[in-house]
Amino acid sequence: MITTPVAREKVYTMSQFYIFVKKECLHIWRDRRTLFILVWMPIVQIILYGFALTNEVKNSRIAILDQSKDDATTAISNEIAASRYFNLVKNLHSYRDIDATFKQGLIRMAIVFPRNFQYDLLHSNRAQVQIIADASDPNTANTLTNYATAIINDYQLSLNNNEQLPYTIKTQLRMLYNPELKGAYNFVPGVMALVLMLVCAMMTSMAIVKEKEMGTMEVILVSPLRPFWIIIAKTIPYLLVSVLNIACILLLSVFVLGVPITGNLGLLIWESVLFTVTSLSIGILISNGAKTQQAAMFTSMMSLFLPTLLFSGFLFPVENMPVALQVISNVVPAKWYYIIVKSVMIKGLGFFAVWKETLILVGMTLILLFISISKFKIRLA
Amino acid sequence: MIGEKVISAEKLTKRFGDFTAVDHITFDVVKGEIFGFLGANGAGKTTAMRMLCGLSLPTLGSAMVAGFDVYRQNELIKKNIGYMSQKFSLYEDLTIRENIRFYAGIYGLTDDKIKEKSNLLINRLNLAGQEKSLVRSLPLGWRQKLAFLIAIVHDPAIVFLDEPTGGVDPITRREFWELIYDASSKGITVFVTTHYMDEAEYCHRVSIMVDGRIDALDSPANLMKEYASSSMDGVFLQLARKALRMSD
Amino acid sequence: MKPVVVENIVKVYKQKRNVIEALKGVSFAVEKGEIFGIIGPDGAGKTSLFRILTTLLIAASGKATVDGFDVVKDFKQIRNRVGYMPGRFSLYQDLTVEENLEFFATIFGTTIQKNYHLIKDIYQQIEPFKTRRAGQLSGGMKQKLALCCSLIHKPSVLFLDEPTTGVDAVSRKEFWEMLHRLKEDGITILVSTPYMDEAGLCDRVALIQKGEMLSINTPAGITNEFKKPLWAVRANEMHQLLMALKEDPGVESCFPFGQQHHVVFKQPGNDRQRLETVMNTGQYTNPEIRSIRPNIEDCFMALMKQ
Repeated sequence: MITTPVAREKVYTMSQFYIFVKKECLHIWRDRRTLFILVWMPIVQIILYGFALTNEVKNSRIAILDQSKDDATTAISNEIAASRYFNLVKNLHSYRDIDATFKQGLIRMAIVFPRNFQYDLLHSNRAQVQIIADASDPNTANTLTNYATAIINDYQLSLNNNEQLPYTIKTQLRMLYNPELKGAYNFVPGVMALVLMLVCAMMTSMAIVKEKEMGTMEVILVSPLRPFWIIIAKTIPYLLVSVLNIACILLLSVFVLGVPITGNLGLLIWESVLFTVTSLSIGILISNGAKTQQAAMFTSMMSLFLPTLLFSGFLFPVENMPVALQVISNVVPAKWYYIIVKSVMIKGLGFFAVWKETLILVGMTLILLFISISKFKIRLA
Repeated sequence: MIGEKVISAEKLTKRFGDFTAVDHITFDVVKGEIFGFLGANGAGKTTAMRMLCGLSLPTLGSAMVAGFDVYRQNELIKKNIGYMSQKFSLYEDLTIRENIRFYAGIYGLTDDKIKEKSNLLINRLNLAGQEKSLVRSLPLGWRQKLAFLIAIVHDPAIVFLDEPTGGVDPITRREFWELIYDASSKGITVFVTTHYMDEAEYCHRVSIMVDGRIDALDSPANLMKEYASSSMDGVFLQLARKALRMSD
Repeated sequence: MKPVVVENIVKVYKQKRNVIEALKGVSFAVEKGEIFGIIGPDGAGKTSLFRILTTLLIAASGKATVDGFDVVKDFKQIRNRVGYMPGRFSLYQDLTVEENLEFFATIFGTTIQKNYHLIKDIYQQIEPFKTRRAGQLSGGMKQKLALCCSLIHKPSVLFLDEPTTGVDAVSRKEFWEMLHRLKEDGITILVSTPYMDEAGLCDRVALIQKGEMLSINTPAGITNEFKKPLWAVRANEMHQLLMALKEDPGVESCFPFGQQHHVVFKQPGNDRQRLETVMNTGQYTNPEIRSIRPNIEDCFMALMKQ
């Protein structure tokens, strides 16, 4: 008797899909170590970069040598001491003290008022202040002297009752988007890129490879569940976690770091979700090649973490890099996301300002998704 | 059996919380004896073996292994025993000679001694000419035989074998047991666990653990007589079926 | 239509310079509703064969069908209908017993309730632990849970790759009793094992060694192929006796079997006399000589030596 093989009825993809996602969530929930990383990493990074690694100058220790001790020098000294940039630690008494105090490493800057400061200022219209800064760290020295000069200028203006002096050119500075020159404005977009990259790419690749390591992938493959759905189901929980992370980072940056969201919040979130999908597809791609979770983690670290740190532009300005590195930076998705977040969140620009970057990210994502799904092994070897 | 005792356990007990994994086991093993240590999964074999190897402290009772106390002298015990299991034995990415050298080195053998032992071992397994190939390229049975000889490379008083022949083909399995007999005739005590019941019959004496206790301990022939069974398989099933415990 | 047909399957693995032939052209067919055992040691090619039949690997050459579907072309159809339990019990260690079962039921498009009758006998034994994580189960219980998971969708063919390895004798025995009950439900079962004594529990067995089938037959058929007389001998001095018999030029093979040695002569004829001579010259105490029927392990070793 010849019988033809009978195909079984189609199975219900939705319930399969749902249980897979549920199972994946249970894995995350029960693996306390992973959960800890997922929840704490964004918070710790934001706090770390936002406060500790800032390039702002705050509470710098300075000393003042006031040889005049009149109303003007006292007023300026008080202004400086009250500023959050400076911390007046010492009043000096002679020029020799200055050198000694610098050498002891007690101060980063000294301000010297010569004798008869107020008298000179009021009678000859010319008074001099000497600012001595420790230039072993040139950036800081520069910033400090600028701050000090600004305070002195303010005092000068108030003396003149804000009347313009004849024939005086006065420069007016405006620090756009970040008037207070806060480092956090730079770091928040960078940390968002970093966290999303790590959570999505590293965690997904490890989760997929874990199934290979444990041997469960064998059984899953020999099930009616299509590989496409396996991938999607495995990534969904991480997408959700990422959305939570985005929300968490934004809340922290607004309420703790004081970085406002000037642009459209909806746009910012959608761009972030797009970048999340980019990262997820990189994660899937990594999992295709890696045989162990360790390998997946190492590959993620080397191919994602470092390039994101180096080339996204949030620690080192890309424009200052050699041309070759600038070219390389273009293939790092985080670079484009960083530009988008800065534009939308900090500069308050709309979609028309970032459509090019968005298009590049969409393109990258589609290519990565296509490669990672078509390369996904439906067999063991 | 009469002879010099190399293992003597007295009411040895291990508790994890309110779970008694090993429950007052008392037994002696003499020099050169092949002692089969049987029991169902979860009967407490592994825990008992760990205590005897000085890897885990007992909760109660006492035990001397190779003349040393398991409570206070576990480092001395480790120096005087060999250990081999199915799961962990050799470094697959090292060559045969490198594996021998490594393990012999761990036990502090001198360079001359290592050289002499390596040659002896390689000849014993007819591996001359292959000593520079990676262990990975050896068939499982050969790997296990090599692992056994390496486990006794420092002439320990006792060698502990944890399911040494799992998955090995029947001929190589028997060759493995010839190595065990050899070691035993040289005075090395062999403490072995196995799931193959015919192998249990090769042992001088066999103990069967049930729910953390030793429920039977005798020569295979006497046990088969006592339980009116023609094979150790039958003896084992009668005893292990009494187990109330279901899990590890 | 036979549930499993394998024709001349070859599987090759390339490892740098070495090429390893895991399967050197194996062929066999499994009848509907039978328990077919693939018996051989580790490295014989059992797992490769199972993975080819479950569409996880592609053979270098040869053809195989499961339920009439080609294992390469129609892999989707096969994945819809077979049950597979890989060598290491592939369970989610961090999910509970119940969650594992529910997961596997659902991804195979069914529910626990629908096919509960199939797994009832087995599942009842582990049900008291249904809220325990799979990682905390003993070997025997993991094995039972893995079996339930591979059965829950009522597969037409069940592939069990070394289900009893590393499991104690009691659990093994119970496991085989379960397989026999499943057979009554009409499920075809392909099972591999390194334990020769389990051959007798199969309807038919294929003995496999180094990628080649040594013999395919019913257990009785295989032992009947053993033509030469087999002798079991014993004495108090077993080790010396083994050495003496192995050195005897007339002896083809002598293997220890528990408390006895099994002996075959190259040219049979007055075997008993020759054994008695060996016993007398060696002055063995309590000698015993018996003629016995070979078991599968005797046959396997004889075939290995050929």
